[in-house]
Amino acid sequence: MGDLWAGLAAAFRLLVTLDADLVEITLRSLHVTLSALVIGAAIALPLAAFLAVRRFRWRRGVIALLNALMGLPPVVVGLVVYVLLSRSGPFGVLGLLFTPTAMIVAQVIIIVPLIASIAHQSLRDLWSEYHDLLISMNVSQSQKMRTLLWDSRRALLTASLAGFGRAIGEVGAIMIVGGNIDHATRVLTTAIALETGKGDFAMALGLGIILIGLAIAVNLAIHWLGRTEAEGRW
Amino acid sequence: MIRIFLMLALTVWAGTAQAREVLRMAVTTSFHNSGLSDVLLPAIADDLGIEVQLLVVGTGQALKLGEGGDVDAILVHSRAAEEAFVAAGHAPYRREVMFNDFVLIGPKNDPHGLRGVGDAVAALRILAKAQAPFVSRGDDSGTHQKEQALWRAAALDPDTFGPWYKAVGAGMGAALNTASGLDAHILSDRASWLNFRNKGGLDLLLAGDPVLFNQYSFLPVNAARHPHVKSTLAVRLEAWLTGPAARKLINGYTLGGEQLFTFNAAD
Amino acid sequence: MVGLLPLRVRGATSVRRGKVLVGPVDLDLSGAGTTVVMGPNGSGKTSLLRMLHGAARLSDGQINWSCDAREARARQAFVFQRPVMLRRTVLENLVYPLCARGETRNRAVACARDWAARVGLAELLDRAAPNLSGGEQQKLALARAMIIAPDLLFLDEPTAALDGRATREVEAVLQQARAQGTQIIVSTHDLGQARRLADEVVFLLHGKVHEHTAARVFFDTAQTPQARAFLRGEIVE
Repeated sequence: MGDLWAGLAAAFRLLVTLDADLVEITLRSLHVTLSALVIGAAIALPLAAFLAVRRFRWRRGVIALLNALMGLPPVVVGLVVYVLLSRSGPFGVLGLLFTPTAMIVAQVIIIVPLIASIAHQSLRDLWSEYHDLLISMNVSQSQKMRTLLWDSRRALLTASLAGFGRAIGEVGAIMIVGGNIDHATRVLTTAIALETGKGDFAMALGLGIILIGLAIAVNLAIHWLGRTEAEGRW
Repeated sequence: MIRIFLMLALTVWAGTAQAREVLRMAVTTSFHNSGLSDVLLPAIADDLGIEVQLLVVGTGQALKLGEGGDVDAILVHSRAAEEAFVAAGHAPYRREVMFNDFVLIGPKNDPHGLRGVGDAVAALRILAKAQAPFVSRGDDSGTHQKEQALWRAAALDPDTFGPWYKAVGAGMGAALNTASGLDAHILSDRASWLNFRNKGGLDLLLAGDPVLFNQYSFLPVNAARHPHVKSTLAVRLEAWLTGPAARKLINGYTLGGEQLFTFNAAD
Repeated sequence: MVGLLPLRVRGATSVRRGKVLVGPVDLDLSGAGTTVVMGPNGSGKTSLLRMLHGAARLSDGQINWSCDAREARARQAFVFQRPVMLRRTVLENLVYPLCARGETRNRAVACARDWAARVGLAELLDRAAPNLSGGEQQKLALARAMIIAPDLLFLDEPTAALDGRATREVEAVLQQARAQGTQIIVSTHDLGQARRLADEVVFLLHGKVHEHTAARVFFDTAQTPQARAFLRGEIVE
């Protein structure tokens, strides 16, 4: 119990003094996760729309696979990305290992199946509603996809925020591909792992509290910006 | 959404606003936990203009990183593994820099009377006979390899040990956490122990036996095999690490009044 | 520009899950006004309309428009029995089909406002379409179908769920469209509506065309006993 109070005190102290290291790793956490979110959503949402609208032979299999990939263990993803980006690996020449870019790559791979699966379910439901109308109107396939994506935007935002949540709290993959290098690839989650490993639980808890606060703040900000709970909106 | 993009742009810009030369070095957790790197790195940046990025991993992983060319140099403490590394051509040579020592940690009340023993190998024999709870790094690190060497010297095989012997497969800090939680014995490097903040009911029981001597060496990664490696920077760093500025900082570094490392680089 | 009609249908059949919904149907529609498709419930009126429009798959037979099939698709519109509302405002619903065809936003909005006024929805432009009443939604669906100036308009029992006032308004729009040269194919089970609108009648029974004559002829002197029974208001099996 004493550790928890010490953790709260540590969090408070770090925030009030705007500790330089804290600011740095917080910004880096946001940079890595928000980049992964933007890129991941840019891949996952059109993919989900495509799977909702197009019929092709392997469609059910692809959807089932996408759902299954939600359970992909992040640490395994990290390991695979590490092997691919290592100098002795196929993409070694890019020199991306132990950089924030590698962390973004790993996180994108982790969150795309999640965002796509959730988005697909919403889009599928809307498609069953719009199906007759859009086919009758003779719109193109890409127009169908764009219409579904725009009209489902609030559900898609939720799907994206689910991806964000997964990414901001992720530690296994980014520890492996980022290396938790001080002033280079250290973020909130890897710093927490580090402080825990040093036995400094108070600091670790403090950072944890800040991480929770950050995740909630980002979610609230996005909801406020999108005015999702405003009256009369569907 | 605009604000988020602005913040993103700010962080990207901030990230690229650095003009130093960067060298990546893999070091062991025991070196990092000592806190010595917090003293050395700024001095290196000031004197050489090199930003040293440390990857803090176990010795095994550090050697693997060097082998793959994913780092420019390594600093580890496992002579046998280092010599094999050089023999395999992954590094041109190994350069001794400094040493510290390992210590045997256990419950404060010392149920097996290790405090007066003095001989590390004998102490381990006592623990094995009593089947006292013991936490091992289990991760092929320098510390782990030293521990294995001690068991061998006691003519004991850890593979035959019962559940009292717990191999956690983790770094020094994590292993100490486990030992603290279980009130178990553990072999640790002195620096990690002194810097550890969760000691609980544990205390230092045995130290000073010459067999616990722990040599740190610097190995530059073979530039012939990995041309992209920053070999010139590595050479400069090595010269600094074995020079008078480093000697002063290393010998002068204390934790709780105790000197941790002894500089022993030959010229 | 060649018109869509006349339309020649030969042996067209629509099958779903092994059950024949409608067909085989042989039909020649030359248009010129409003064609009313009538018949008891379950006779295949909806299926026939959907099959002709291309919304239901043609399992057998042929449907030949007078122009290219793709062009024919683009110049038709369909109003469903239960209107599908896009989850947007009334204005956006009306603008959608125009923008989908490449119309500029400004022109589309102007057109949308015009049509909203014509169907009596001018006050509701900023309302969310799914929140409208049934009658308002159907009027919106009708305006949305007409806004692209189709050559041929299908309507599947458009006023089945509407009150008298809304029905009258919808029929007024349809009469206007007919006057401007739009061909209309509408299904209904309301005899009064059929009499008011029809220039030509297709009477369906058990998924096949039972009678196909000019409206005057049909209502006064229907040929088949089932048609006559239907016109008397009896249940026809």
